[in-house]
Amino acid sequence: MEITSPTFKANAREALDDTTLQKALGFVKVGFVDRRAKAAARLPEFEALRDQAKAIKDHTLANLDLYLERFEEKVTAAGGTVHWCRDGAEARTTILDICRRLEARTVTKGKSMIAEEIALNDFLEEQGIEPVETDLGEYIIQLRHEPPSHIIAPAVHLVKEQVSDAFRAAHTHLPADRNLDEAPTLLAEARTILRRKFLAADVGITGANFLIAETGSTVIVTNEGNGDLTQTLPRAHIVLASLEKVVPTLEDASTILRVLARSATGQEFSVYTTFSTGPRRAEDLDGPEEFHVVLLDNGRSAMLGTEFQDMLRCIRCGACLNHCPVYGAVGGHAYGWVYPGPMGAVLTPSLVGIDKTGHLPNASSFCGRCEAVCPMRIPLPKMMRHWREREFERHMTPAAARTALGFWAWVAARPRLYGVMANLGARALRIWARGRGALVRVPLAGGWTAERDLPVPEGQSFQAQWTRRGGAR
Amino acid sequence: MNGSRADIFGRLRRANAGAEERRDPAEIDARLAAAKANLVPARGQLAPAARVDLFVAMAEEAAATVARIDAPEAIPGEVIRYLRDQNLPMRIVMAPDPALRAAGLDKEKLLTVREGPSDGTDETSVTGAFAGVAETGTLMLHSGPAGPTTLNFLPDDHIAVLRASQVVASYEEGWARLRATGGAMPRTVNFITGPSRSADIEQTLQMGAHGPRRLHIILIEDL
Repeated sequence: MEITSPTFKANAREALDDTTLQKALGFVKVGFVDRRAKAAARLPEFEALRDQAKAIKDHTLANLDLYLERFEEKVTAAGGTVHWCRDGAEARTTILDICRRLEARTVTKGKSMIAEEIALNDFLEEQGIEPVETDLGEYIIQLRHEPPSHIIAPAVHLVKEQVSDAFRAAHTHLPADRNLDEAPTLLAEARTILRRKFLAADVGITGANFLIAETGSTVIVTNEGNGDLTQTLPRAHIVLASLEKVVPTLEDASTILRVLARSATGQEFSVYTTFSTGPRRAEDLDGPEEFHVVLLDNGRSAMLGTEFQDMLRCIRCGACLNHCPVYGAVGGHAYGWVYPGPMGAVLTPSLVGIDKTGHLPNASSFCGRCEAVCPMRIPLPKMMRHWREREFERHMTPAAARTALGFWAWVAARPRLYGVMANLGARALRIWARGRGALVRVPLAGGWTAERDLPVPEGQSFQAQWTRRGGAR
Repeated sequence: MNGSRADIFGRLRRANAGAEERRDPAEIDARLAAAKANLVPARGQLAPAARVDLFVAMAEEAAATVARIDAPEAIPGEVIRYLRDQNLPMRIVMAPDPALRAAGLDKEKLLTVREGPSDGTDETSVTGAFAGVAETGTLMLHSGPAGPTTLNFLPDDHIAVLRASQVVASYEEGWARLRATGGAMPRTVNFITGPSRSADIEQTLQMGAHGPRRLHIILIEDL
């Protein structure tokens, strides 16, 4: 997928002016946030479970090679195959080889962010294999030829009229004048069309929310049941997952599952949580004959042991997106790649390079809500700061900002001078404001005030108040 | 891609060489073998009678319907009542489950019963369940000769039969019971909480996305 992160500022401006997008984003702000808060409040052990979930992942990451070895052993023992892939190209080739061997013409797909990451659909299409997304949101955006804008609600940037248009354009065998005004009709149409695809598919590809070292199982979590039909009906089930998805035991997965749905959709539990282990058994009456796990590195091993390791705890619940004021204002596409919002602002630079994605860790007000709601307690603002430091070290920060920061640092190292200048500055702003509460324009700071107003300083400076209180409360 | 495997493991080992939480392989194996439960919420530790009530309440909250019956003999009557109330044809595909067979569904004159997996043409399935998990009203089913997975997903209406003695308090207790059966991990273990749904269009919840539109649980009070 083409990266448009370098034009984040332009993308964001466009998004803010897009009235349809703004209407769609309104649905995010009311739904997810309230439901998560209620679900968390209803489980007294929620905060303690977050601590344990974090500890499980920290332990697993420190012993990742050992757990992955044991996972592979168990998959093999159950009759499945693990394929190790360093990058997207290796994973795409591996999947293509399996499809070719089975003479697959259509492939159904459960929702997988890793598949987006390696642009699997475009590749399969080029090779003459039809990939069919089966998650309703993914299906809609596949018809519209666009990437997801949210990691758990891929079509959250759309209103239902846009979905109707996409269905009319794609489902040309149906009467053109049919009524597609309401969501239930749209869902019913997608269900009917995709049901045929499920039954006809030769290969089913799903992602994985977890891999279980103890049993060699892969786990998917859905509300629609599309992942289950994807993996149960075709001859082969291919699981595409990244290395860090492994957890030790079924009990460990259960602990993390308790915080996953509550953080994501605010449900007590998602409708379908499915553990898959190997291909169908001799005595089974249905299920796939082949079971493949394509394990992808694609930059994860390079994060291990660095200040970005904590990001590998991420379980892709989307809570940080739902609670982010920047995401809420501009939506997911502005971020320019697969992963948007705070988790994307940290992960995208790690996976595709800070040189192309420098705007992302700066697209934050550091309000800290992302870290406050992250079920895995990932210190997202801190890691965005790490990226900003790296940018500064590499001289990627604009010259004006560098000069201003250099000047500020020089003054800040001289407390007396800092105090004098802060007082003078505050007084100057008050005079300039002439009684207004906020300034729309400030001399020499036109770039900053172009996007926001500057509140006029009131009362005494922090330093003055600190001194007056004797340096303490 | 053997080169890739070696390369990936090399990188992981180098990155983790000095990690504070690094453990010996023997310790890792011991942790896996112990499969110890982590924190289980109080809600997942209830006594049998209370857990059945919680299971029913949570399942209904997740939009499943529950019928509590006194004995397995009442299963056919309840299935027929459900089909009639939903205005469905008197036709079911049934899991080849000995307990269901014993209930005598095939002896009902009103009812056409077929056994086996589903090919997508069945309106209603009747299956057993391995367990019910009280903390979230979740059914636990697994694949095997008595439980084809397609029955849980293809029909529009899924009727699952569960005994109260199969209701466990927590997921952990469900895993413990599955391990206690002594067999290998089944191909598929399904945790199912209510019927299929999607909120992908304007974040508005719609029932019946790809899986069953309705989930009906017949609970036999055997405690």
